[in-house]
Amino acid sequence: MAKVLMKGNEAIGEAAIRAGCLNYFAYPITPQSEVAEYLSKRMPEVGGVFLQGESEVAVSYMIFGAAAAGARVFTTSSSPGISLMSEAISYIAGAQCPAVFVNIMRGGPGLGGILPSQADYLQATKGGGHGDYRMLVMAPASVQEAVEMVMQAFPLAEKYRNPVMILGDGLIGQMMEPVEFPDNLKTEPSNKNDWATNGMDTRGSQTRNLVKSLYLDPEVLNKHNLTLKAKYDRMKREEIRFEAHNTDGDYQALIVSYGTMSRVCRTAIDLLKDQGIEVGMIRPQTLFPYPEQAVLEAASKASCKAVASIEMNMGQMVEDIERSVRGRRPVSWFGKCGGEVPTPEEVLEVVKGLIG
Amino acid sequence: MGKTFQKPLALADTITHYCPGCTHGVIHRLVAEVIDELGVRGRTVGIAPVGCAVLAYNYFTFDFQEAAHGRAPAMATGIKRVRPDLIVFTYQGDGDLASIGMGEIIHAANRGEKFTTIFVNNAVYGMTGGQMAPTTMPNQRTTTSPFGRNVDDVGMPIKVAELIAALQTPAYVVREAVITPKNILKAKKAMKKAFEYQVAGRCYSFVELVSTCPTNWGLTPVDAVKWAQNTMLPYYPLGELKTPEGKPAPGAEH
Repeated sequence: MAKVLMKGNEAIGEAAIRAGCLNYFAYPITPQSEVAEYLSKRMPEVGGVFLQGESEVAVSYMIFGAAAAGARVFTTSSSPGISLMSEAISYIAGAQCPAVFVNIMRGGPGLGGILPSQADYLQATKGGGHGDYRMLVMAPASVQEAVEMVMQAFPLAEKYRNPVMILGDGLIGQMMEPVEFPDNLKTEPSNKNDWATNGMDTRGSQTRNLVKSLYLDPEVLNKHNLTLKAKYDRMKREEIRFEAHNTDGDYQALIVSYGTMSRVCRTAIDLLKDQGIEVGMIRPQTLFPYPEQAVLEAASKASCKAVASIEMNMGQMVEDIERSVRGRRPVSWFGKCGGEVPTPEEVLEVVKGLIG
Repeated sequence: MGKTFQKPLALADTITHYCPGCTHGVIHRLVAEVIDELGVRGRTVGIAPVGCAVLAYNYFTFDFQEAAHGRAPAMATGIKRVRPDLIVFTYQGDGDLASIGMGEIIHAANRGEKFTTIFVNNAVYGMTGGQMAPTTMPNQRTTTSPFGRNVDDVGMPIKVAELIAALQTPAYVVREAVITPKNILKAKKAMKKAFEYQVAGRCYSFVELVSTCPTNWGLTPVDAVKWAQNTMLPYYPLGELKTPEGKPAPGAEH
């Protein structure tokens, strides 16, 4: 298919349809409202379901209900909206249903601002909702990658029967870039839905199904949590994705950065190269599971003196980098919040400062 | 001679966790009878609330989902929108529906979602131990209104059926009770009508049932029935409030 120029938010909506997801529930919030606007026109064209709910809370439970009934379903929101949806995300994880949530992040805390940010890293990767659950979190660095990740997210959600989050900063939603919708990512629902509450007649079964997260017996709840943990451990074995940049030769410092911020860092790395300074970069594409081994190996290179986390937040990924690097190299942070995006020149100066 | 009375197929053959004198068992049976009579067990999905009926799915023999507190109407919306052919109902108490879930129920009703709500109004939070609900009667003592509900402080009880009937979207809205045999027969009739509207894809349907909670009211089951009759029914009148045809059926209005 030929490349088309599309705004990120619209491309995300189209990608879901191309992935075979014809069910979308949403509530407007800046900077992702264009997804809902786009799909309010597009879903009727393809015979799909579009519904604007009365709140993010309600929308997230519409997602839960539809997912539990065996439908491929997704929603999009932005930071404060995702906070409201986090309760349902916990229930969906607990009840083991597949669903895709897209967070086009804006600044926080509270109402924060409406401009691009990466301030929900910890919420997405460490919880957000209550209880022992994790979700697969993917961070696109371009509109093209957002399209591909959205299309990959549905089979992954179904493989694990667990929510998957696309964590894009506001720039991913708002910028226009050329995109191509890959045909090879078109997927049929990958499980038989033999667990779903879709009516016994649908399954041709005499046995009814329950979708629930309540286990009053402590032994049973413990066992249930071990089942969930086994899925999260499997994600760590099978789903880690990252991109290494300029790490083949020697380099004096390592940048770890994701999303749009990593593209600024690439420019900084080019500028540094012009000055005779080599800097490598690991760009996590999955934030959970985290590419610990890749960061450890890249940081451990003999020539590498320091590691820098460059983010559009106050250093939320630093803990994951430190955990990965295990004290072998100093880890520092540089970033800005609330819509301020660090410039290549600023990143360049920070990195130069680290290597002295 | 054939059997004249038997357990509905939709009702599980098990002992419930409900207290002596509780009316949930009666309501469960009515739901099961209606589902059997309409022959829709194989395409029915129930949604359990948070509250005494959180374990309702243990007592039915068709698909069930468990909601978070108050969110059952949003879940029912999700199911019904992606699978309009399924028969979906929410089973909710007054804390769940009239307090934490007021937003979800009003908007689902106003959109005219084609599912059915069974609303159990016993004027108290049951599962959490008898706290004040939005439907608690004036001066009624509960564990969080130990001196009686002070309406100057927390307002009057909410008449949910009237609230929903006030919406302009066509719907079937009815209030009955499950405290006397006569009430129960009428409740069954209302419930069947509600499900029939859904099977026909006609409208949203809401069945409020005035119920008793002897345990949390601190009354014997017999006294609880008297209290419901004397205290609740004058405030919560029975009968049809609205039909999709625009007016209550003759003789059914209150």
